[in-house]
Amino acid sequence: MVIDLDRCTGCEACVVACHAENNISTVGEDQAARGRAKHWIRVERYYEGEFPDVKVKFMPVLCQQCDAAPCEPVCPTYATHHTAEGLNSQIYNRCIGTRYCANACPYNVRFFNFYNPVWDKPLHLQLNPDVSVRTVGVMEKCTFCVQRIKAGEIQAEAEKREVKDGEIQPACVQSCPTRAMVFGDLNDPQSEVSRMARSNRATKLLGELGTLPKVTYLQRDSWHVGEDARTD
Amino acid sequence: MSAKTPEQINEDLLRPLAGVSARYLIVLACFLAVVIAGFTAFGWQVYHGIGVAGIRRPVFWGFYITNFVFWIGLSHAGTLISAILRLANATWRRPVTRCAEVITVFALSIGAMFPIIHLGRPWLFFWLVPYPSERGIWPNIHSPLLWDFFAISTYLLGSGTFLLLPILPDLALVRDRATGLRKKIYTVLAIGWRGTPRQWHRLEKAMQIMAIAVIPVAVSVHSIVSWDFAMAPVPMWHSTIFAPYFVAGAIFSGIAALIIAMALLRKFLHLEEYLLPVHFENLGKLLLVMSLLWVYFVFAERLTTWYGNEPSEMAVFWLTQRGSYSPLFWTMVTCNFLIPFPLLAIKKLRTITGCVIASIGVVIGMWLERFLIIVPALSHKYLPYSWGTYRPTWVEITITAATFAAMAMLYMLFSKFIPIISVWELKWGQHEEPERDSVLLRKDEEATA
Repeated sequence: MVIDLDRCTGCEACVVACHAENNISTVGEDQAARGRAKHWIRVERYYEGEFPDVKVKFMPVLCQQCDAAPCEPVCPTYATHHTAEGLNSQIYNRCIGTRYCANACPYNVRFFNFYNPVWDKPLHLQLNPDVSVRTVGVMEKCTFCVQRIKAGEIQAEAEKREVKDGEIQPACVQSCPTRAMVFGDLNDPQSEVSRMARSNRATKLLGELGTLPKVTYLQRDSWHVGEDARTD
Repeated sequence: MSAKTPEQINEDLLRPLAGVSARYLIVLACFLAVVIAGFTAFGWQVYHGIGVAGIRRPVFWGFYITNFVFWIGLSHAGTLISAILRLANATWRRPVTRCAEVITVFALSIGAMFPIIHLGRPWLFFWLVPYPSERGIWPNIHSPLLWDFFAISTYLLGSGTFLLLPILPDLALVRDRATGLRKKIYTVLAIGWRGTPRQWHRLEKAMQIMAIAVIPVAVSVHSIVSWDFAMAPVPMWHSTIFAPYFVAGAIFSGIAALIIAMALLRKFLHLEEYLLPVHFENLGKLLLVMSLLWVYFVFAERLTTWYGNEPSEMAVFWLTQRGSYSPLFWTMVTCNFLIPFPLLAIKKLRTITGCVIASIGVVIGMWLERFLIIVPALSHKYLPYSWGTYRPTWVEITITAATFAAMAMLYMLFSKFIPIISVWELKWGQHEEPERDSVLLRKDEEATA
């Protein structure tokens, strides 16, 4: 995945779409204030400068699906592990809730179910049947909408063809009004996501930790007029 | 002590087993009430969900893991100290070893409960056990939590054996002097100890092996506990100093716990003639050494972090040094160094009272140390947007209090059923050991031949 920070307006449509797609329960005002809110993707806001000359930076942060993920080796029950496709997956049934993975994650993108989730009627009717609902005591996090990836692969296989670039879109990518997020196959050098990831604005979040994240951020340069032109 | 005849020693050390006073029962009931409150709080947490505890994102570990590290640390009192003293043939150890070994076994049992208490789904804790299942899934040996599981179970078995072996002759002693149901129970417990030369010889041999074996196990246990933290790329956790730092801290808090326990035993079981000021004096010196070692470790850790000036580490560094956790940090330094150092370094102050005050400080300080290692680092991880803070709830506080009550309760019960000072070792201390050993051995060989 590539996220162009120049295009992100901080509208949080991705956050809403993610909640709807992945059956992420809301925990209410009280619990949210106590740090129990779950947002598999969040838009981090950082402010620069003094009022009135303030600039706001938006940065959507989700699970970086690291290739060398610190969360994976620490799980005693293999509840978090690397799939053959390179996704960092969370096996809810196998999770016993040590929360070690969440401590080891430098991005704080793992979320814990402190209570059993509840949906006020009639919201329970809009749960996505493709995504399992998590119980109390279980860790959860962004899956890159693995259900959509699987559906796309099955569809392509049924039609006896390869998956087309851009055919599979996670909910956040699909809902982004400015197309700040692009999803695709990094193994295919011709895919849009591969081309963008080669941009000279490309950077990895906390890349210095050696986690090899699969999400590439394109740095903002719209504030630096006259410097390198956009290359994507 | 040299004036004591074996009969007097029997009389004095077996007296606590004779009966219970009303005061004893009242105190025991108070502790039991707190323990029951702790179990109730845990039941509440299981029923409602782990959310009733204060943990949150990003501080996913709080009081429970603090208690875990603290109690495992305290458990190094016993076995390690008593094993070292045994191997060093320090004769003053004799009245001290069992008090210490009992702390080990109980503190370890209490500490080992916390990894289960803190789970989101505690009823599935057995998934850490490598048992063959139809799903063919084994626990993940890469995880430090699994190392914990093996290290703690090994240590519990080892220290349990180390405690129980030298109890056998004393159980037999109680058996021989008891009547009725008591006799039956102690007959079973003494598992056929008759005090034959061959049995004595084997006991000595076994104790020597255990004393040597248990030291590396004890060191490895707290190293592995430290690696629960040091293996994760969290600022201020990911450090090579952690393993020795934790082991030193564990022995430090262990000696302190031992001094407190000995002072209480001395007072309430009237063991003034057995637990002498010289024992406190010697343990006080050990505590002083560990206090200095602890300060050295803290200084080394802090200095390298500060000089390295890595931004994410500095966020945590300043948080503890002069930020919201600084009152706790400086309380810790006061309790672990500023109070114990003068009390233990100045000979005039190194009395029983002085040692006990220093020890209480150390126990408090070491609990704070564990807390300050875990919580500030988690609350200020790399991305400032998701920084957070932690506040414990009544559930965590109740369970924490219950563990201290449980320790006191178990200790009280133990001292009523088993002589808390090793009777036979004390008697042996009055003889020339090597001679007796060889005489026994020769007789034994003659008997078998």
